[in-house]
Amino acid sequence: MAAKLKAMTGNEAMAEAMRQINPDVVAAYPITPATEVVQIFAGFVADGLVDTEFVAVESEHSAMSACIGAAVAGARAITSTASQGLALMYEMLYIAAGLRLPIILAEVNRSLSGPLNIHCDHSDTMGASYTGWIQLFSENAQEAYDGMFQAVRIAEHPDVLLPAMVTTDGFIISHGMEAMQVIGDAEVKKFIGTYTPKHRLLDTDDPRTVSPALLQDSFFEFKRVESEAMRKAKDVVVAVGQEFGKTFGRAYGLFEPYHLENAEVAIVVMGSTAGTAKVAIDELRAKGQKVGMLKLRCFRPFPYVELAGALKHLKVLGVMDRSDTFSSFGGPVFNEIRSALYDEPKKPVTLNTIYGLGGRDINVGDIKGFFENLLRVAGSGKTDGLVSYLGVRE
Amino acid sequence: MRSALDKTWKTVEHGGVIEAGTAFEYETGDWRSRRPIWDAAKCSHCLICWIYCPDGSILTSEGKMTGIDYVHCKGCGICARECPPKASAIRMVSESEARE
Repeated sequence: MAAKLKAMTGNEAMAEAMRQINPDVVAAYPITPATEVVQIFAGFVADGLVDTEFVAVESEHSAMSACIGAAVAGARAITSTASQGLALMYEMLYIAAGLRLPIILAEVNRSLSGPLNIHCDHSDTMGASYTGWIQLFSENAQEAYDGMFQAVRIAEHPDVLLPAMVTTDGFIISHGMEAMQVIGDAEVKKFIGTYTPKHRLLDTDDPRTVSPALLQDSFFEFKRVESEAMRKAKDVVVAVGQEFGKTFGRAYGLFEPYHLENAEVAIVVMGSTAGTAKVAIDELRAKGQKVGMLKLRCFRPFPYVELAGALKHLKVLGVMDRSDTFSSFGGPVFNEIRSALYDEPKKPVTLNTIYGLGGRDINVGDIKGFFENLLRVAGSGKTDGLVSYLGVRE
Repeated sequence: MRSALDKTWKTVEHGGVIEAGTAFEYETGDWRSRRPIWDAAKCSHCLICWIYCPDGSILTSEGKMTGIDYVHCKGCGICARECPPKASAIRMVSESEARE
């Protein structure tokens, strides 16, 4: 393997991955903190380093629409966005998934207004978590870079054929520079292969109607099979992650356990906070505390069976959500994890904390403080309530 | 569309992809409240109506208009509106009147 070490930001890493994927079409509109992804990629187009048709559109709604049109025509299409941009794509996200188009989206997690905020939380991506898109979270730029290639394989797998978004955390990963392993162009090309759609709308020898009005008598079957595709995607995420590991030395799964098996108290985390949490866990472990973490990478499909299996032995589980549902019942990851554990005869006390909204800093001390609360619950069996807020001024 | 009705969720083509040309099977003519009546004697066969008809309901043969496809014509009246005043070969009448 001709891997080399390079210093890159998350946005540079995602743009570099896009250059190596060399998609047929990229349609995008700039938005902080994702702007650089397509700005850098536009440079690759201008310099003739890719064969991509770059469509500079007038909004994110148009960006996703153009990607859908391109994908229906049989193209490999990629876009990138964040926050309000993803929100503006909302209706088209469902259409991309419903038409079973393996579009790839480099998403940079950012809060949703208002008030206006440009920094990291997971509100945007969580808001799109019922659209039928595969969602892969990244702890750092390396995982985002690696995730882009895997996303192509997962999305285009004949059992799946669903769009996929790979996410980084706004500014924390997108603008943070790190040393990472870069894969050679030829190896990327070999790993992702070529995309051969079953139908191409522009194929006049095989005329097809795409997305007709399918009403009471026919719509349901198409949604049922879409649901099944998301179920099947779980095994494909695992298989592709393992193949990536064999090929490039960095294996991926649905989630990453960290000192989880022999832990009594653990947290569930997504994205960049996992790196901080590992330091907190190392420090607590050094003091003899049996603490651990499950870093959830694949939020869609939601691997509820595997999650329950990995978490049921715990005494106390703290789910950390970087967004709120405003349902009055905690964050989205908490609700789904708690539901996944419901059928286990023996299960942990499962608590939620909402943290880091709008880029509020989360440090080792914050996470250790949360662990201390969980350890107190494990000792006393008493809780102060299911949902807490970490790092907000009280 | 009929082909989709024979299928279960396990056998449908995913993504709402169906065979082309299915609008032909859909009888949109029964939506019509007003009907275009074509007068062959007045018609100059300019085919402006054929260009404007949004549903392909102007029937032609060898470059000449031959009639109106009432199975699909929704009665929008664009053909009557666009027919040149010198010819005025298409007029709109209510469906109830036309049936009498």
